[in-house]
Amino acid sequence: MQSAPFEIEKAPPLVAFALRPLPLPLLSKALTALTRSVAGRHPSMFRRLGPFASARFVLDPTDLPFVICLSPDATNPHVILHRSPQHGDAKIAGPLAALLGLVHGAFDGDALFFSRDLVIEGNTEAALALRNAIDDAELDIGAELQAMSGPFAGPLRRAIILAQALTGLCLKRPENGGYC
Amino acid sequence: MEIVCPAGTPASLRAAVNAGAHTVYCGFADETNARNFPGLNFDRTEMGEGIAFAHGHGAKVLIAINTFPRAGAEGIWHSAISNAAALGADAVILADLGLLHYAAQNHPDLRRHLSVQAAAANADMINFYATSFDVKRVVLPRVLSVPEIAAINAETQVETEVFVFGGLCVMAEGRCSLSSYATGKSPNMNGVCSPPSHVDYREEDGVLKARLGGYLIHSAAKGEPAPYPTLCKGCFTAAEKSGYLFEDPVSLNAEQLIPQLQAAGVTALKIEGRQRSASYVAQVVQNFRAAVDALAQGHSMPAGMLARLSEGQASTTGAYKKTWR
Repeated sequence: MQSAPFEIEKAPPLVAFALRPLPLPLLSKALTALTRSVAGRHPSMFRRLGPFASARFVLDPTDLPFVICLSPDATNPHVILHRSPQHGDAKIAGPLAALLGLVHGAFDGDALFFSRDLVIEGNTEAALALRNAIDDAELDIGAELQAMSGPFAGPLRRAIILAQALTGLCLKRPENGGYC
Repeated sequence: MEIVCPAGTPASLRAAVNAGAHTVYCGFADETNARNFPGLNFDRTEMGEGIAFAHGHGAKVLIAINTFPRAGAEGIWHSAISNAAALGADAVILADLGLLHYAAQNHPDLRRHLSVQAAAANADMINFYATSFDVKRVVLPRVLSVPEIAAINAETQVETEVFVFGGLCVMAEGRCSLSSYATGKSPNMNGVCSPPSHVDYREEDGVLKARLGGYLIHSAAKGEPAPYPTLCKGCFTAAEKSGYLFEDPVSLNAEQLIPQLQAAGVTALKIEGRQRSASYVAQVVQNFRAAVDALAQGHSMPAGMLARLSEGQASTTGAYKKTWR
């Protein structure tokens, strides 16, 4: 296993620039569809959230021009993106690389907190429940997207691998653990 | 030497086993264990599946039932012990005398380990637990030096297990009232030290302020590592001097002391961190498994690479080498 990187890289400026003109309602719908697919494939993650499944989480990729509001309600999960700061029950902020690495099990949440790469505000209990639920679900966003894309799964997989190589972001779960 | 690894979730259990853990310890999702945090731990079905997975890979599972029962609610703890036996756990880790008695009387074939929460720090006390409740292993409190551990092992047949990595508690374990004072919830009875429901983080002008139960207990300037929000790691000001009153926010790392611990007669090396991620578990287990394998083959100890995972991003050998101020 590689040793952990000591600096979490910010998203390449090109990524932030490319995302800037994207219509947020469209992106919100796409992320909501992804979250619903995840809910169907990982019901235990929502059980693990317990009473915090109805909480509103603000996920703030600090190097991107928007924040993500996640309501993980198992029966009707949805995601809305905003360009302005938002309030929720709990806020988790950090570079996109840290958030994606956390989702994919490449980084340890407490270690990111110790190093100040991750900032938690609001209801700490809710944030902790979300972190633990995601960690146990062993999510792979790349695989989730492929599962939703039918005959395009193969080309999408190749596109994700290419995008990961180009951006350095952790877009899929690393094989055999370790880092992306 | 046996590596005993933490698992707060089924994913962490699998990560520990796949990374080479000989033994994994975990708890039920309730107040019967000392890591009763939201989103953490195992329901009965998950525990059964986890035990089956571990046994299928040649690893053992210990269930920590190491809090102290509340008066009138002992049934919750008794059920946990009975469930552990029924699910095929390799041992239970207990601290409370009543629970040790219950387990010995009702589940004599269920192996009993004495939790660090029992604070058994000398051979007489350990031998009392062995004689009275047939305890087979004791997890030693983190207040002993290596020569003191050797002295204990010379006077007892009970296996000893010692912490080698992870968070540290201050003073005699099992008797901490700091968190209870600030939050009304006890680490030893409710299983939550600094319950997250009472923790508040706020970043103000780059300074991360951590409050517990409304008390400001730590401020980390921009760029400074953040500690866990525990009172024992709090930074306080008195007489115009600021400092860590009880304990510096650092993690234990006794990796380089493994040869001495083996020579002192230690059976098992324990890693703290059931509240940590599967990523942490995998990294730490791989590191320590490589260390004990190197020792068994007569090779030198490999250089560690765990600093980033440590609280405060710094580590100490704790009481094993008593150099405290």
